[in-house]
Amino acid sequence: MRVGLFIPCYVNQFYPQAAIATLQLLRKLGVDVVYPPRQTCCGQPMANSGFEHLTQECNDLFLENFSGFDYIVAPSASCVLHVKQHLHSATDPALADRIRSSVYELVEFLTDVLKVDNLKARFPHKVGIHQSCHGLRGLYLAQMSELNALPFSKPVHLLNMVDGLELVTLDRPDECCGFGGTFCVAEEAVSVKMGKDRVTDHTKNGAEYITSVDLSCLMHLEGILQRNKSAVKAVHIAEILNSTL
Amino acid sequence: MEKQTKDHAALAEAFIQDEEHVNWHDGALWWIRQKRDIASKQIPEWEALREAASQIKSNVLSNLHDYLVQFEANAIKNGIKVHWAADAEEHNAIVYSILKEKDIRQMVKSKSMLTEECHLNEYLIERGVDVINSDLGEYIQQLDNEPPSHIVLPCIHKRKEEIGELFHEHLGTEKGVSDPTLLTRVARGHLRNVFVTRRAALTGVNFAVAETGEYVVCTNEGNADMGAHLSEVQIASMGLEKIVPLKKHLGVFLRLLARSATGQPITIYSSHFKKPREGQEMHLILVDYGRSRQLGRPEFRDSLKCIRCGACMNTCPVYRKSGGLSYHNTISGPIGAILAPNLDMKKHADLPFASTLCGSCSNVCPVKINIHDQLYQWRQVIVREGYAANTKVLSMKAMAWTLSSPTSYSTMGRAGRWVLNNIPFAVNNKFNPWYKQREMPDGPKESFGEWYAKNNG
Amino acid sequence: MSIRENILAAVLKNQPPASPLPDIDSFKGDAQDIISTYCDVFTSIGGQVFVVKNFTEVAALIKKNFDSTKRIVTTLSELSDVFELLSTSVDPHTFNDVELAIIKAELAVAENGAVWLPEQRMGQRIIPYICQHLAVIVPAETIVPTLHEAYRQIGEGQYGFGAFIGGPSKTADIEQALVLGAHGPITMTVFVLK
Repeated sequence: MRVGLFIPCYVNQFYPQAAIATLQLLRKLGVDVVYPPRQTCCGQPMANSGFEHLTQECNDLFLENFSGFDYIVAPSASCVLHVKQHLHSATDPALADRIRSSVYELVEFLTDVLKVDNLKARFPHKVGIHQSCHGLRGLYLAQMSELNALPFSKPVHLLNMVDGLELVTLDRPDECCGFGGTFCVAEEAVSVKMGKDRVTDHTKNGAEYITSVDLSCLMHLEGILQRNKSAVKAVHIAEILNSTL
Repeated sequence: MEKQTKDHAALAEAFIQDEEHVNWHDGALWWIRQKRDIASKQIPEWEALREAASQIKSNVLSNLHDYLVQFEANAIKNGIKVHWAADAEEHNAIVYSILKEKDIRQMVKSKSMLTEECHLNEYLIERGVDVINSDLGEYIQQLDNEPPSHIVLPCIHKRKEEIGELFHEHLGTEKGVSDPTLLTRVARGHLRNVFVTRRAALTGVNFAVAETGEYVVCTNEGNADMGAHLSEVQIASMGLEKIVPLKKHLGVFLRLLARSATGQPITIYSSHFKKPREGQEMHLILVDYGRSRQLGRPEFRDSLKCIRCGACMNTCPVYRKSGGLSYHNTISGPIGAILAPNLDMKKHADLPFASTLCGSCSNVCPVKINIHDQLYQWRQVIVREGYAANTKVLSMKAMAWTLSSPTSYSTMGRAGRWVLNNIPFAVNNKFNPWYKQREMPDGPKESFGEWYAKNNG
Repeated sequence: MSIRENILAAVLKNQPPASPLPDIDSFKGDAQDIISTYCDVFTSIGGQVFVVKNFTEVAALIKKNFDSTKRIVTTLSELSDVFELLSTSVDPHTFNDVELAIIKAELAVAENGAVWLPEQRMGQRIIPYICQHLAVIVPAETIVPTLHEAYRQIGEGQYGFGAFIGGPSKTADIEQALVLGAHGPITMTVFVLK
């Protein structure tokens, strides 16, 4: 099994430690992982702003980078969802189809493909899960509270394997944090208010760490935590699952 | 009301200034969302009902022409006078002509989003016809000369003290009285007097049954019925899309509507109007006003499935934090943001962007409208049609150019973290809205790409 | 072309290809414990329920629970020697002083507590709305599990007007504070006749 590691642009620049944790975790689990170096961005920031028509070159580059793998794995639900929904090719639609169906967010890859049932990880802290909307309602990583359907949660399933970790219960388990791509600056006031309210839900319920499958949400929540000099930290789920503290 | 100087972001920012009030607003609507969750989870076949409702509406849209003709024929057979209006102006003119013929100068109106869309009240008042909204929330909004901020809860953005002040000013209640029961009793007294003195009553329509030519109006207050059954002229205004094919389909929709809206098992009153009362005239106006055009937009036509329950507003975190009036449109919230651009794309170009695309709306929607996908699609259309700000177009083109080439990307990345300077949510300078209330991420020594090249080269 | 024809032409031109109707006849409710379910639901929506054996009990309960010095009207011949039999032909405005109206439902729905009242059962359309208090007799055997069974039973219906009524008139428009008695009845009482 050959896996191509897809590291979204802002993760590459701002959160290399999450990308490193993803790589190390996959290798620990015996996966042959390669990082194609010529990656830029999946095109989501443009597409979500209404400029999907400008993303063809990003798409072509993505196809070029990831055509040779059995699976493509990324530590970002949002970027994975974008690729799944919007990756197209004018010249090789079959390749685009195949890539769209072989791209996985890390947690779903671990649960659905590798079927991981134990992890040698330790993280002795109280942790709140921030459900990224794209992970939850786009990739169905967990059951959303809106539906009358059986509950499940892939992130919880994995976090339960981590030694010493205690999950905190939130008042609103799957409300949006307000990041929303360019929304976070175009609608700054609403975005920040949403983020502050999410942070409060975690802190008042005793979380020491907020984790998520999406660093974009975490970057937003972390920005608010740090501005308010909070001791609570934001950490990507890969870093917890790879942790041996 | 037509005047618009600020967009959603600016109006929302103003709303958010009073944080305690926003917290109340957010909590009140979240509570309704929770009641909706509890109600929906009491019905094991809930998701199947949503699917059935969505399919019935798909069928309606695909046969709308025939159903309209069938409904009209049956309604006429029942003794209802049917009118057709292409737009707001025609609709308003029809209402006025019906009243004028009977020399009626006062009308009572129950909740009808369509007549709000058409600005019927202003139209009639200009022509010397007095209109009173009888739904309590809409009555309060009318006293304050403000449009409704929510389709089900018209004055949810107001505190009881503000309402008490309005009642003091307009209805002569004692200053400082803000108890909801007391205020409701006062309004009940005033409006009872209105009901018994009005010769004409107008209602909206929730569902119109093609098979039988009857229409259903749902309220909790009983105001539609109080107006209709005491009037000599009854008028119903309905959008073309309100048709259901068969009467039995009402069972599906009425099971979903109130549970989705407020968590009630059914609205208190579900009134089925088929024939006029003896001696009464019953008029029904079928209004297009952009609906046939929306029907012709494949990616947006499912918005016409909406049954106006308001669940998408209650669940929408953006709506809850920004208030309905920030959408500067009769129908606010997520559903309003996908309906409004059809009517005036330029004026409402900001609305599809007033969302994080979190998808909660689509999943509470009782008729399964893919609201968040349509928000995404409207963004594409608005940009394509040239309604995006020029600065945005330039920055997006620059971004696309940089990201399309790994060389330009990594060069820019090394030369000071291109992303840090160019990704819209990461521009690190004092003009950057990100930085107003949030810290920037710490810039690491090296990118993952650089680390990987060193350690795996 | 007329406005009507223009609209219909635009609709015809723009409507999508045919999409079939789903089968909804499989939706059925649970008929078990239907009377107690009905009573629980109706109470939960702010109504009051009495299970009674006959009209004598109804009359006694009404005298006990309502102000008999005020105007009480009914459509029911069984109660006409105790209360005013309402006229179906007078001006509806004349009922503005009705304290209590007593009418009989055609059926009731356990799942949502609503009673079905075609206008013949109301006497006049305005009756269940204009009264300060509403009392409805529901024969126990007419309670159905859900709206699906209700609509099956109603069929086309021989009425000019009919309504499901599920509880006292209510509003929560002021700060979401529930207030019973918005414009219509302040209370609604159901007598389940067993």
